Amino acid sequence: MTMRPDPTFHASPKLAMEAPAENFAYTVLLSPDFSKPDALAVIDVKPGSPTYSKIVHTVTMPNKGDEFHHFGWNACSSALSPLAGHAFIERRYLIVPGMRSSRIYIIDTKPDPTQAKIHKIIEPEEVFRKTGYSRPHTIHCGPDGIYVSTLGGGGKNGTDGPPGVFIMDCETFEVLGRWEIDRGPQTKHYDFWWNLPRDYMVSSEWALPPQFENGIVPEDLLSNKYGHRIHFWDLRARRNVQTIDLGANHQMALEVRPAHDPVREYGFVGVVVDTTNLEGSIWTWWREGGEFHIEKTATIPPEPAPKDQLPPLLQGFGAVPPLVTDIDLSMDDRFLYVSCWATGEMRQYDVSDPRKPKLAGSVRIGGIASRTPHPNGQAFAGGPQMVEISRDGKRVYWTNSLYSTWDDQFYPHGIPGAEVMANAGPGGGLELAKDYWVGLPDGYRAHQIRLDGGDCSTDSFCYPSA
Amino acid sequence: MSAADWTASWLWLAVIASGLYHGINPGMGWPLAVSAGLMQRSTRALLAALGPLAIGHLLAMLLVILPFALLITLVEWQRSIRIGASLLVIAFGIYRLIDRRHPRALARIPPTQLALWSFAVAIAHGAALMLVPIYLGLCRAAGPDQGHTAATTLIDTSLTMAVLVAIVHAGAMIAAGGCLAWLVYRYLGLEFVARSWFNLDTVWAVSLVLVGAVALALGVAT
Repeated sequence: MTMRPDPTFHASPKLAMEAPAENFAYTVLLSPDFSKPDALAVIDVKPGSPTYSKIVHTVTMPNKGDEFHHFGWNACSSALSPLAGHAFIERRYLIVPGMRSSRIYIIDTKPDPTQAKIHKIIEPEEVFRKTGYSRPHTIHCGPDGIYVSTLGGGGKNGTDGPPGVFIMDCETFEVLGRWEIDRGPQTKHYDFWWNLPRDYMVSSEWALPPQFENGIVPEDLLSNKYGHRIHFWDLRARRNVQTIDLGANHQMALEVRPAHDPVREYGFVGVVVDTTNLEGSIWTWWREGGEFHIEKTATIPPEPAPKDQLPPLLQGFGAVPPLVTDIDLSMDDRFLYVSCWATGEMRQYDVSDPRKPKLAGSVRIGGIASRTPHPNGQAFAGGPQMVEISRDGKRVYWTNSLYSTWDDQFYPHGIPGAEVMANAGPGGGLELAKDYWVGLPDGYRAHQIRLDGGDCSTDSFCYPSA
Repeated sequence: MSAADWTASWLWLAVIASGLYHGINPGMGWPLAVSAGLMQRSTRALLAALGPLAIGHLLAMLLVILPFALLITLVEWQRSIRIGASLLVIAFGIYRLIDRRHPRALARIPPTQLALWSFAVAIAHGAALMLVPIYLGLCRAAGPDQGHTAATTLIDTSLTMAVLVAIVHAGAMIAAGGCLAWLVYRYLGLEFVARSWFNLDTVWAVSLVLVGAVALALGVAT
């Protein structure tokens, strides 16, 4: 317990943007063939530092086969919630779930990120026993504890009951139990986020474990059996209040990115692929008169490619779908970054008018057919995937792996892990930084990135910027 | 002024001072009024939030003090009641010193239910408990010859006193909190929310123990 709120807690998104820039980026490393233990890399991102864009510390886990994916902080700006009335915790521990093992690691980043170490390990049995869920995934720090979304229910295959969200104590890391009281029609899960003062949560659907653990199941995709609905929840009542179906052809609704400014009652969701035309799409949801609405506001077309450049999975289509696998919204809610993992493009949309996204910038790197190298000359396998934006909105970081078994299906030649960064212009525009290239240790791939002091997909705010 | 008048003045001052103390504590709700004002971009929304916050605090005070107001009619037990109340306050202070975990479940109360939130916060922190020894002292100062007064009059007096103490305290609390909320909203800016937040857990627990100890010493002495 501290005497003052953590200096990295900010009352509003505007204050978060004005705070000092990040010095370190944490990135999860995963061993795609499970031959080595997964790890957390600490990367120096301080310009001018002699170790700039290099891994300066690695926390290696004691187990194999965890498969790291997403992770998050024990506490963030939401601790300044006026309802919590008690902001005396530190942004100190990273909660890193093993998506395959259901094991959760708590990593202590103090006294210095270069000395980060394992603080606690929550074994899978505790998660199973206390929640009936498995395959923990997204972490969000709430004012009353850590919220963890899961992708699986109980049982070996994770299909014994629906997946959902559970809560952990943000100081003892004890698993407290299920969050939902009434889940309504929700049976699949992926991402979730909220608007704290407006008291609602939004969640999305990817797939059930048998649909992803051993690779994408083409028959399920073509018969539209992946997730395609968005759920809206009363956050404090823990009730599903509305479910909207995007249409079965809009397969895999993934990242949920609400506006950071809580006065704005809208947000975005990315849909991986439309099975009728291979488009990727961006959807805008908003609340009006107590009801939630959603509409498709941007589409990204597939790109034709010769058969010999395509993996067996795509050869029948003669084209590469963009596969919108991650989206991220800048802290000022102005720019939405969209990863097109298969075509190898990072798009930047101006979403000042949230229902009319305008393409403002784009960077090509990697891609199944295009295979664009990095401006420094290095080959970049895979495509832009997990994306993280600095709080001030000037730097956009991303990695190139999606998920071990899916990587192999779309990029059969392998995806050596890499992390790059692009500079964003103040009025739009995106350009890769030639001097930022993090080569990862052999045999490792990289997934989500977290920035010290918070980033654009971590912190939620209880006060508006104005 | 007589000694009893002096005592009464000091005790009333304590009622007001504890109200101001609760009011400026961000844990008692003024940031909620700032948030309401900013979310709706109106001073009126800020002021509107102060109402339920004050009512919640007032009800918490009444809930804790009123039982003592009724107990006070048991005149021959008065001394034991005062000592018991003092011990209760001390015990709660010590409990807060030992169990340092914050009741995070408070954040699960919907932001639309401000009065409920304010009530729950005041109860959970023992804010109302702090007033009990002061209140009992005031009752004593008001009627030194209670032994000769009819029970119904006694109840009337002590109930009136309880309501008065709760209103004055909650009034001071919301005046202090409201002023601070307005200053932050209008002039100081949101930076102040994080900057003004000090961890008062220890101070709070110690002040409970101190109030209890003073009351206990006075109770034993008479």
